[in-house]
Amino acid sequence: MTAQPQSTPAPPPSGTTSGTAPGSVSVAAPRPVRAAAPAALALGDDALVLAQRLGEWAGNAPVLEEDVALTNIALDLLGQARTLLSLVGDEDELAFGREEHEFRNVQLVERPNGDFAETIARQLFFSVHQELLFTALAAGDSALAPLAAKAVKEVAYHRDHAERWTLRLGDGTEESHRRMQDAVDGLWRYTGELFEPLDGLDVDLAGLRAPWLERVTAVLGRATLEVPQGADRTPWAAGAGRQGVHTEAFGRMLAEMQHLHRAHPGASW
Amino acid sequence: MTGQTSGDWPLWEVFVRSRRGLSHSHAGSLHAPDAEMALRNARDLYTRRAEGVSIWVVPSSAVTASSPDEKDPFFESAADKPYRHPTFYEIPEGVKHL
Amino acid sequence: MTTTAAPAATAGEAVATGQDALRAAFDAAVAEDTRIEPRDWMPDAYRATLVRQMAQHAHSEIIGMQPEANWITRAPSLRRKAILMAKVQDEAGHGLYLYSATETLGVGRDELLDKLHAGRQRYSSIFNYPTLTWADVGAIGWLVDGAAITNQVPLCRCSYGPYARAMVRICKEESFHQRQGYELLLALSRGTAAQHAMAQDAVNRWWWPSLMMFGPPDDESAHSAQSMAWKIKRHSNDELRQRFVDICVPQAEVLGLTLPDPDLRWNESRGAHDYGEIDWSEFQEVLRGNGPCNEERINRRRAAHDNGAWVREAATAYAAKHGEAQA
Repeated sequence: MTAQPQSTPAPPPSGTTSGTAPGSVSVAAPRPVRAAAPAALALGDDALVLAQRLGEWAGNAPVLEEDVALTNIALDLLGQARTLLSLVGDEDELAFGREEHEFRNVQLVERPNGDFAETIARQLFFSVHQELLFTALAAGDSALAPLAAKAVKEVAYHRDHAERWTLRLGDGTEESHRRMQDAVDGLWRYTGELFEPLDGLDVDLAGLRAPWLERVTAVLGRATLEVPQGADRTPWAAGAGRQGVHTEAFGRMLAEMQHLHRAHPGASW
Repeated sequence: MTGQTSGDWPLWEVFVRSRRGLSHSHAGSLHAPDAEMALRNARDLYTRRAEGVSIWVVPSSAVTASSPDEKDPFFESAADKPYRHPTFYEIPEGVKHL
Repeated sequence: MTTTAAPAATAGEAVATGQDALRAAFDAAVAEDTRIEPRDWMPDAYRATLVRQMAQHAHSEIIGMQPEANWITRAPSLRRKAILMAKVQDEAGHGLYLYSATETLGVGRDELLDKLHAGRQRYSSIFNYPTLTWADVGAIGWLVDGAAITNQVPLCRCSYGPYARAMVRICKEESFHQRQGYELLLALSRGTAAQHAMAQDAVNRWWWPSLMMFGPPDDESAHSAQSMAWKIKRHSNDELRQRFVDICVPQAEVLGLTLPDPDLRWNESRGAHDYGEIDWSEFQEVLRGNGPCNEERINRRRAAHDNGAWVREAATAYAAKHGEAQA
């Protein structure tokens, strides 16, 4: 790796990382950021795209308290996205300058908000995953560890929020139960992708599937909801976001997000 | 509660401890379907700028207040006991640590 | 209560004397600038004025989310997106603080929202103007929030305690709102020619509506005199408007933008800026519901509320099932 990609910041002084003894994690310098860049990009895209979707709720939430709560979550995610993307390059160039196929987020986060139940199901699936992932990352020594250590607290709150609403919608009225079950069923096929291996990440994502399923099953059970029996992935619909294959709705979302920035090349804001 | 439609949530009073060493003080109120949600909503609403380290929520209907009519008997007796305040006592000049 | 029964005439006298004493206590509290608190006796008209003003203020915060939320998904940088989200969130929060203040007078939020949705209570007309470009987000921050702050800072000393306390909190939080708007416009004004033009266009469109935010001229303001006497209001509409104009002129110069008023100039003898005639017919039209976005704003608000009904009902049903404390 002599040639350095232009968008990658210089790595920290070499020789500080590989072969770090166990137990010395807290004092060891992070491994070169470059190694973690693909993972930082993918996780940054996850956070950015979900923040963008949650931002669409502003002013439209079912009750004013939820306007405040959903925005809190969106702001946390946006903060994570900015930190992660900045590890890879210029945050705005990455967010506004890339084409659809260059985004590496899972398809789950780009799914449209739908009704409140769909948003909550998406939040539940994603936040349980993020909490497990960041907990594992925070315990490691990769360049993503500091971000993960901070974000895991935020994410625990997102998961708590999603859980509380899953319980209330699942075990609320007949209508809310039906909507919540539909939402869980509809998004299920996008969950498998969360556990696909991710380049540059020293966490065994496949290994997170069992604890994820255990937690999600427990919440759904308490909410009197059924765990979907269908496949958690299909050849096209899920599993491809990490390779840059996205759903139709994603193109429109990006068009809206990027148009102003792109209409003024080189401008600063 | 009468007059409430099924979708209307009860009112809660929110008390926030702004930092360790201080007591909880009244911050305002909010609506929530239950105590658990009231706590979370209070966290989002009243501590967006890290204004708190601890929150209490109390159903507004559970607060019993002294009525203004009782103002006199309630508080007047306290007002006429100046000997409860340190400034009531005269101490010779030069006496320290008192 | 048989033991306290008294001849009717005597009881009537006692009530009358009691009322006088209560009114005297209220007047004294207002005069001495000690606050009126929720359980204190207050004249019915004072209570009604407060509810009307606080409700209108709360509604303005909530409706005011819309023109700015319009740009959250399109903000041109991630930094600006985060700022705008936080600001729109604050507005929801401020609406909640103010509804919470009206609750102290026994008026519930649901009742007020119903009135808003039915068009029976107002919100600030300024939010019936559209946000057509990104620069409008800046102009709203600088001019609309600037005007709002000029109006609101005196309200921190309003005679009604809960309102004054809500305003203290709101003013503290809003201090960043105006600055971010100013900074946003500055970046545009000093940016490319297209950005500069965008900023100037936004200021041109928002300047006059911002001046109208202070309400009709003093001699035509329906509620002003009584509100001043009650110290719900501390300064007259024209006084605050003048203060705002004088603050904005030098700020516009630093921005490198002009204010769209050929009659705007410093008047040495008054020690203040003269400014042109405000088109009050436009103000009245918007107030009557004929502004560019009146219908859109209220429809959107109503849709959010209606679409959320099943969610609120679900949470209520869950609380009932699980025996949570019911207030």
